[in-house]
Amino acid sequence: MLAYLDNNATTAVASEVLEAMLPFFKELWGNPSSMHKFGGQVRQYVDRARGQIADFLGADSSEIIFTSCGTESNNMAIRGAMEAASERLNFITTRVEHPAVLEPARMLKQRGCYVIELDVDSSGQINLDQLREALNLGKAFVSIMWANNETGVMFPIREIAQMVKAAGGIMHTDAVQAVGKLPIDLRDVPIDLLSFSGHKLHAPKGVGALYVRKGTRIAPLLLGGHQEGGKRGGTENVPYIVGLGKACELAQRNISEEMIRVAVLRDRLQKGILENCPDVRVNGDQAHRLPNTLNISFLYVEGESILYHLSDEGIAASSGSACTSGSLEPSHVIRAMGVPFIAAHGSIRFSLSRYNTDKEIDYVLEKLPPIIRKLRDMSPFGR
Amino acid sequence: MWEYTDKVLDHFRNPRNVGVIEKPDGVGEVGSMACGDALKLTFKLDRNKKIADVKFQTFGCASAIASSSALTEMIKGKTLEEAEKVTNQDIADYLGGLPEQKMHCSVMGREALELAIHNYRTGSSSKKILQGRVVCHCFGVTEDEIERVVRDNRLATVEQVTNYCKAGGGCGKCRDDISAIITKVRGTIDETTAAQKPQPKHLTTLQRIKLIEDTLEKEVRPALRKDGGDIELIDVVENKVSVALRGMCAKCQVSHFTLKDVVESKLREFVSPDIVVEEVSS
Repeated sequence: MLAYLDNNATTAVASEVLEAMLPFFKELWGNPSSMHKFGGQVRQYVDRARGQIADFLGADSSEIIFTSCGTESNNMAIRGAMEAASERLNFITTRVEHPAVLEPARMLKQRGCYVIELDVDSSGQINLDQLREALNLGKAFVSIMWANNETGVMFPIREIAQMVKAAGGIMHTDAVQAVGKLPIDLRDVPIDLLSFSGHKLHAPKGVGALYVRKGTRIAPLLLGGHQEGGKRGGTENVPYIVGLGKACELAQRNISEEMIRVAVLRDRLQKGILENCPDVRVNGDQAHRLPNTLNISFLYVEGESILYHLSDEGIAASSGSACTSGSLEPSHVIRAMGVPFIAAHGSIRFSLSRYNTDKEIDYVLEKLPPIIRKLRDMSPFGR
Repeated sequence: MWEYTDKVLDHFRNPRNVGVIEKPDGVGEVGSMACGDALKLTFKLDRNKKIADVKFQTFGCASAIASSSALTEMIKGKTLEEAEKVTNQDIADYLGGLPEQKMHCSVMGREALELAIHNYRTGSSSKKILQGRVVCHCFGVTEDEIERVVRDNRLATVEQVTNYCKAGGGCGKCRDDISAIITKVRGTIDETTAAQKPQPKHLTTLQRIKLIEDTLEKEVRPALRKDGGDIELIDVVENKVSVALRGMCAKCQVSHFTLKDVVESKLREFVSPDIVVEEVSS
């Protein structure tokens, strides 16, 4: 049996998405900018995809820019908006962002920008008072993720965005893990820029988008084309854009019901592990967590060993342990939360999707406890 | 996934000689929870002073478990004189090779074996005691140990040293130091570069405080933050600099090292050679 529980890393392409894409590799291969029928007939499909995404996010079509991935969207939002700003801005972010935000932040810092990285508490939540203090230091560009990729912890992004706007700042959110897992309505949340990626919601890798609220100034990263309103040059990746549109349409159809079902599976997995494995701890604020994510530490054992044994059983998950990354230290998110070393090296992330089943959860709950026992019996720290 | 050989995966999936020997003749314990891997090795000798039985307990990744298992198989039936000739490269070779980034797993095996033999011969502690100058404070690796892996494995780069003994794999501050050790061991030390030090210049009190704060920010904080800690400048009175450790650093057992060795040496290097650092608890 196979159980894929690593959907925060990437997801399977939905068959409906693949179906929607295929014509654009066959008959509909024209360049949407061309002044002839080969290309001209393709334009409408790009427009339709833009509309599907805008609908899904509660945005206007003109506010969606297609990119190649979440990383590009984050870079474009941060570097593009900072470059276009008419005045000097501070940069506020958190310590638990994805490297696609932290690295651009470091670059800004090297160039003399005042960068503030907000701390998180042991549950992975930020302190809004700390944000308020940071906002009081001067006009700022704020980049705070909607939900964390490792723990699934969701920040109170609506409240954060309201604070940022009240302080006259620019609000960006890396929503790569939120889009497709939470209903999002940007009419209700005053965000200026929002990044997301196709392959986290059953579209293929290689396509993403950036939402840019009307009136937000942003300089392009890629020069040399009129595409995307001159904000992102380069011939449109039509099949993938169509796929992303379709994936958003599918997600929108019944996101609430699907995610309740996913949350039930996740909760059953968590409960089953807690009941069958002693000495575990759930990492992250359980009251504000993505419905699909469970980050759990198995004390006294190391994450890579758990993953390899799980993989032998056909189960896919991921770990914040040092060994899995090729670095020697546990993930920056786990460390920022102050998870003790005794638990940090044995942290495992299970992330579900709408394609997971009850049977798969049963299977994991059958295979996992003996693996943990075996490794603990072998560990000098074991009980 | 790592490119592990079949033999590594076999020893990981079916580890040999797991456990602890009751009343062992020798015990060696290396690594720690903080470092992400640890190994406890116990052995018993027979009448002919050969290793009759050896067992291990390992906390760590697949290659750490496989290296420990392989080591026990390799030394069983050997005399201690034979066993102590086993190098970390021998362990890696026995497993058909290890990924370069995982070579420290084989070094951990060799270290545990040496400690266990030493423990048997002298009755000394089964645990590693840091002796000599600590170069890498993140992973507690001494100059002697770095020289040893460089010599044993003919290492040429800092990355290799990190792969073999973890030194330099944390904050990265000691990389220049490691580089110098490599040069020294390889017998090509260039004395002229080592002698070039920034010249102290006269500073006003304000400039001095600013320079201290900048040095802490650029040279010290990134390292501490990696471990969830931080440092705060409390006061500067002439050459005496008072700092307070925050977060994880405040509780860390090696914080004395952190202060004396890292903070002071950095401030001496970048600000003034007569600086004395003291920790205050406020």
